[in-house]
Amino acid sequence: MKQSNYTVIQNGESCDVVDVPEVPFDAFREQLLQAVEDGAWIAALFAMPADRSTLRAFVILAHSHSGSLWLSSTILPDEFTALTPDCPQAHLFEREIAEQWGVKPLGHPWLKPLRYHHSYRKEKDCWDRKSSTAILPGVTDHFQVDGQEIHEVAVGPVHAGVIEPGHFRFQCHGEDVIHLEISLGYQHRGVERAMIGGPNNRTNHLVETVAGDTTIGHSLAYCQVIEALARTIIPARASALRAISLELERLANHVGDLGALAGDVGFLPTASFCGRLRGEFLNLTAMLCGNRFGHSMLCPGGVRFDADSDRVHNFLERFESAVSDVTDAINLLWKSPSVMDRFEDTGVVKIEDAIELGLVGLVARACGIEADIRSDFPTGIYRFTNISTATWHTGDVFSRAFVRWIEIERSTAFIRDLIKSLPQSEIRIALEPMEPNKIAVALVEGWRGAICHVAITDATSKFAHYKIVDPSFHNWFGLGMAMRDQQVSDFPLCNKSFSLSYCGHDL
Amino acid sequence: MIDILRARLKQGHRTISFPNQPPTLPDRFRGCPVIDEAKCVSDCQRCAEVCPTGSIIQVHSTKPQVDLGRCLFCTDCAEACPNDAIRYHSDYSMSSNQRIDLVVNANTEAGPLVSALKKESLRLFGHSLKLRQVSAGGCNGCESDTNVLSTITFDLGRFGVQFVASPRHADGLLITGPVKENKRVALLKTWETVPAPKIVIAVGACAISGGPFQNHPEVHNGVSDILPVDLYIPGCPPHPITILDGILRLLSRI
Ligand code: SF4
Ligand code: SF4
Repeated sequence: MKQSNYTVIQNGESCDVVDVPEVPFDAFREQLLQAVEDGAWIAALFAMPADRSTLRAFVILAHSHSGSLWLSSTILPDEFTALTPDCPQAHLFEREIAEQWGVKPLGHPWLKPLRYHHSYRKEKDCWDRKSSTAILPGVTDHFQVDGQEIHEVAVGPVHAGVIEPGHFRFQCHGEDVIHLEISLGYQHRGVERAMIGGPNNRTNHLVETVAGDTTIGHSLAYCQVIEALARTIIPARASALRAISLELERLANHVGDLGALAGDVGFLPTASFCGRLRGEFLNLTAMLCGNRFGHSMLCPGGVRFDADSDRVHNFLERFESAVSDVTDAINLLWKSPSVMDRFEDTGVVKIEDAIELGLVGLVARACGIEADIRSDFPTGIYRFTNISTATWHTGDVFSRAFVRWIEIERSTAFIRDLIKSLPQSEIRIALEPMEPNKIAVALVEGWRGAICHVAITDATSKFAHYKIVDPSFHNWFGLGMAMRDQQVSDFPLCNKSFSLSYCGHDL
Repeated sequence: MIDILRARLKQGHRTISFPNQPPTLPDRFRGCPVIDEAKCVSDCQRCAEVCPTGSIIQVHSTKPQVDLGRCLFCTDCAEACPNDAIRYHSDYSMSSNQRIDLVVNANTEAGPLVSALKKESLRLFGHSLKLRQVSAGGCNGCESDTNVLSTITFDLGRFGVQFVASPRHADGLLITGPVKENKRVALLKTWETVPAPKIVIAVGACAISGGPFQNHPEVHNGVSDILPVDLYIPGCPPHPITILDGILRLLSRI
């Protein structure tokens, strides 16, 4: 692989857009395939208008071993040879580019709309639809299995619980699922497009609401992008408070999910204990900033709320009592044969499939893949205080539950140590002006996995483009894999063990 | 088994005593704003300039009024105000039946503006209200804090209120999200399926006004133009106590 076809940066850094090599499409495709074969993964792959008639595609390849990000680009023709047949992890990225810009990745095995909106270029549409025809979500040719005893089960978009909309099609033989196809897009509300021309008053709040349960994760990625563009280094205390907030978010969601998994197998003690305990961690976030989800906790330049020694004292008291209750509640799971029987060997994803599909985060770690942005691409306080990566190898519901539990233990220890020894400094500093014509990348290990934000500034230092990749975007296909050869009735359990975001995917 | 019992004993009884006792809220809780006109310098406008959602309006005076229906409770305005004229404080109770009543100014008395349902509806729903939740394009924050009402902490069931799976079994809808065009049809169909008489509760800035996604071409700015709303519950997301308070007031239980 010729490195000259890439510009290499670190997580949370920026470089000049002109320095990102622009290689002919065939070479771009070739080198991307090679890099992925050599172990890199696609953190982002997106296109933006270079001028009125040309599209420029950018790729951010993440090399976990060296902790570096490799940037390259190409001018994208209206039709090009799809990457997906040779590189399944490009699957959704290519569908997204096709839908947004009306180009055609030829030979894409699954070329269907992703979020069901009109192309951003008026005269171009990947499926040759007119701009006057309404586009209805979920209306596409779904994969169908043929055969006398095959039947189809359709679920959603209106689900039974208090949950976001999505459409699921199961191809079944009796109770056995041969294939599950997932159609999303119902939550698409134009977040990325509204970022362009920013930052402005609303930008902070838009990133906080990319996925409500990942407010801290997404706002951290956003802040790091801005700070890279403004070449601003935030005070150490702010870094520590950010990391504490991020780990609290992980705790709240992991505890909530373990409770919900217990609920899905009818094990009510843990389900009801964890329902409350999740709230305790949200309340601890509110103790820091006033909002349970961490709205307005972070801002470019630092954090908005400090914790003095009294607050730390109260925090620790409530934290320890919650942690002790969580430990009891969750250990009940591993000791209950009826729970383990339902968790084990259900919804298995093999490690080789996980690698091919480019799964990230706890789902990947539960397949045995050692990958965690906090140790592979550390920024902020994670450069100095390491959280060791939690993995388990069985790839089933149990594994996804168990990895959550190990992560709960490690995040707990991390928060406990860090909050007792908060660095003495300011919590926020003024930003330098943002630089024009730059590209900045930030990766954050949100509780689901790798969050990637990429910003490109124009000549006036405003966003010419902004790309957000929620970990769910990488992982939804993994849920489809996990459901193969399972019973339809195992869907809620498998689904919860992935616990993916609809709004984070739909943007 | 013995471990389950031991854990059960240790976890104890955890349901809060709200509404009989006031809730415990964090000291940094950002509830209903209080505006101090005396401190506000006319023609300053700093608060309105920074507000992400245009929630600060100056209709009949130059003094700020906050539209809680649009407000994200981000306190950017309070931070921008050089004179400390706006403060977000601990008042969690801010729901209302009328959209217009969500606009607060310096003279607004603290507290909600919720009148209970009319007599006949109250007779039907006062002790048993089944709601179908419809998620229409927000960030899932409002869904999360609606969901927790069913945990043992809030135990919504003790008031006879419950979320049900089918709109046919429901007495009304609890809607979150700004309603994107793609979800409008599904929302209307769900609404039509609910047997009359029925109510609508709009939860969160998104459902009331579009929230942070206000005026995006992809969304409608909330449910008001689509369905008749009986109760607005502001916040981004509203604290579970704010939601519970609104519902209980509608049912004349507070
Ligand atoms: S707190 Fe409300 S009124 Fe103030 S800036 Fe934020 S959204 Fe606007
Ligand atoms: S009101 Fe705020 S919390 Fe609720 S869905 Fe909208 S963005 Fe999310």
